[in-house]
Parts: sequence; structure tokens; C-alpha cells
Amino acid sequence: MKTFAESNFPGRLIAVEGLDGSGKSTQIYLLKRWLEAEGIKVYFSEWNSSELVKSATSKGKKRELLTPTTFSLIHATDFADRYERHLVPLLRAGYIVLCDRYVFTAFARDVTRGCPPDWVRGNYNFACLPDLTMFFKADLDVSLNRILEGRPKLKFFEAGMDLRLSTDPYESFKIFQGRILDQYLAMSKEFSFIIVDANQPVEKQQVILRKLVSDRIDLKKFKRKSPLPLPPSLPVMHDDKEEILEDKVA
Amino acid sequence: MKNSHPFYGHGLPRVKADDLGGKLIVIEGADGSGRSTQIADLVSWLETKGHATVQVGLKRSSLVSEELEKAQEGNVLSRTTLALFYATDFADQLENVILPALKAGFIVLADRYIYTLMARDMVRGMDEAWLKNLYGIAPVPDAVFYLSVEPEELVQRNLSKNATLDYWESGMDLGLSRDVFDSFLKYQSAMQNAFKTLQKTYGFDIVDANRSVNSVTKELRKKIGALLEEK
Repeated sequence: MKTFAESNFPGRLIAVEGLDGSGKSTQIYLLKRWLEAEGIKVYFSEWNSSELVKSATSKGKKRELLTPTTFSLIHATDFADRYERHLVPLLRAGYIVLCDRYVFTAFARDVTRGCPPDWVRGNYNFACLPDLTMFFKADLDVSLNRILEGRPKLKFFEAGMDLRLSTDPYESFKIFQGRILDQYLAMSKEFSFIIVDANQPVEKQQVILRKLVSDRIDLKKFKRKSPLPLPPSLPVMHDDKEEILEDKVA
Repeated sequence: MKNSHPFYGHGLPRVKADDLGGKLIVIEGADGSGRSTQIADLVSWLETKGHATVQVGLKRSSLVSEELEKAQEGNVLSRTTLALFYATDFADQLENVILPALKAGFIVLADRYIYTLMARDMVRGMDEAWLKNLYGIAPVPDAVFYLSVEPEELVQRNLSKNATLDYWESGMDLGLSRDVFDSFLKYQSAMQNAFKTLQKTYGFDIVDANRSVNSVTKELRKKIGALLEEK
């Protein structure tokens, strides 16, 4: 797999990865606000957000119908839809695309669920690699507390309950997240993750991020010819909103 | 009936090939090749002989079949997405219908299998090696029969049945021709070529289905009968 730059795309893709509760969504949102203010052509894309595939995904999750294999494939379908319909045209048009989670989320999660690593990677190999991947590494306890304190109800798949790690959702979630973290760290070198210390204050992390981005990407090449008005900020910050489960629907 | 079903590739998490008894018999072929007629005959014949059967086909999963149908109506999915959507549908039926039936010693009759999916994707430019990895989850069937019918004959059969040619079976999404008749012929010969390519890897049995229903039935019963007698 090659990066977008290596594949001669005029645009660049920046991805953030990390556990739920690592603060990566906040950071990429702030990065987006900064790039918008700079008049850069920027687009933000979230994991698991293709409209077409959404109804099948949520049905599968609510009815607990998914196996490791179908879980993996339905997320790959969702990714492919976003990739072919949004990411590729935008990157061809010279956008900076910001992705809250990219293929590595699937690599870490699906392998933790027992899918063979080669199979999962093979399924995603139609996609180019990000030009910059930042991994938000927080202490496991910090991430767990951020999720578990705020929202006490965990969804079935989110907690990894399908893996039968524990009958207690909290316990299961902790073991599951710990295993995902191990998977992330194991691929960190192979995919040149830049590790960001997510235990630091928000502002400090953002300074590091902005410097990383401006050092590695020649931003003035991505400016709009005529600047757009700055879009309004989001009323509420959703951190990993897809990940956090509301009450399960029977 | 005791046997085991190896997988084409990595297989599936938590499924052991040795747990899968039963028989998996696949009938492949275009619309109008006589698949459903032959499968209906095989079911009665096998049940009369005392075998329990289960039928599966494409786009029948409870997980994604509705969404897939909707997406096709609008023709909005690009090729990788469509390929993966169909693979999801296949995997869902594999785990919920095919594997449990094989474990229980049933004869599973598949009205099309991974080969049609792969051939369709290949005609749309997907990489064969990518498809091979993707469908490494599939168990190797005990027998695969490809009902081969010349495109000209398929046109006649489809028109006499429906008086129209199906959009997808004519490959109209590919822009081969704006004329559905021409497009159908071009698409079906491209599909036959893809099947020929796949035959080299997967070695299925090509059955001449230009012949009468009865002669095809006879050939299938003979071959399947021999398969069931193997211990």
C-alpha cells in the first residue's frame, strides 16, 4: 500500500487513531477549525458514516447479528463507500482530508476479534495509506475512565461482549480495549504512526499537531482561491459518537 | 455422510473445517441457464432418497439484503463498495445458514456461490487476487456445476420468460452499449470469459446447458448420485 502523495494525488490525507476516550476526536476537530480559518480546502470524514450502509450496520448491531467476519465486512463496505464517493474525488481535487479513524481501526479491532490479519489487510488494500497518521496514546486507565465515567451504558459490540471476555460489560470493555491497544502498538512502526502523548493538556497537544502538520505539508498549496466564510463551530462536541452506545433497542 | 470442508483461504474465526459434515453442492450459471429448475428437481430427488436439504442463494441474507436491493435500485454504489456489500451478504448466509446446515449433515444446494460474485466483480475491473483473499472465507464445495449457455440462447430464454432483459444481467452499469440487447450479449460473453478464468483456479464442472432441461437433469443426477455414494 502506498500513501496518497506516493500515488500522485494532489490532495493529502491526515488520519487520527487511538482508543475511545483518547481525545483524538477533539484534536482533529480543532485541527479542522484551524485549517478552515487558514482558508485551506479541508474535508472531515468519520469512521462508520456512510448513509447507504448505515441502516444495515445499525440493524446488525442492535440485533447482535454480527460475527467477527460480517462485522469486519460491513465496516469495510462502509469504508469503501466513503472512500470511493468522497475521499478519492476530494483528494483528486487537492483537498486536505482529515479522517477520524482510518483502516488501522479495522486492522486493530477485527484482528482482536479473531479475523486473520492478512485477510483484513487484503480487503482494505484498495485504499491508499494516509500521508500522516497520528496515534493518540493515553494511559489505558485514562481512556477507560473518560468513557466509563461519562456514559455508563456500553453497547454490546463496543464492549466486545461478542468475544465473551467477561459477562460484565465494564470488565469486558476494559479487556477488549487493552487488546486493541496492543494491536495498535504492534503496527505502529509498520505504518509509521506518529505517537502523540494524549495524557497532556488539550492545548498542548493541539500545538504539537499544528506544528506536525505544517512541517510535513506545504499548506499554502492547499488554499482556496477565494476564501469561504468560516463555518459555525459545532454546538456540542461528540467524542467517538458512533462508539458510545445508547440504550440497546430490543 | 462424514467428511470435512477445507476453506479456500483463511476460513473463519472459530470455525473448524473438521466440524463440517454434510455436502455442499453449487449450481452456477446466468439467469435463464435453468438453475432454479434444476435445483427444484434436485431437492425433490434428494428428499425422496432421504437426504435433508437446505437452499441458499445470493442477496438473501437477513443482514443486508434489503439495503443491497435499495442501493442497486439507485445504482449509486461504486464497484469496490458493491463487491464488499455482496461479500457481506454472502458471509452472513455462510455463517447463519450454510455452516450450521453442514454441521448438521445436510445437503446444501447453493443457487450461485462466490464464483458469480467474483466473475461480476472481475468484469467490473476488480483485481482477481483481491477477490481471492476476500472469498478465502468460503468452504470448498463438494461439487460445482456451471450451467453454460450461449449468450444468444440466454437472450431468447430471458425474453420468452420476462419479455425484457434485466438491467444488471445486461451489465448496463458498465456502459458497454446504450442498447440493452447489445449490452446483454457483450456482458454475458464477458461473464463467460471470467468464468473460464476462474475455472482454471477453482476447477468446476462445466455443464452444457444449451441442451434440454431433461438431459441436464440426467447429467446432474448422475454426477451427484456418484458423489453421494463415495464414503
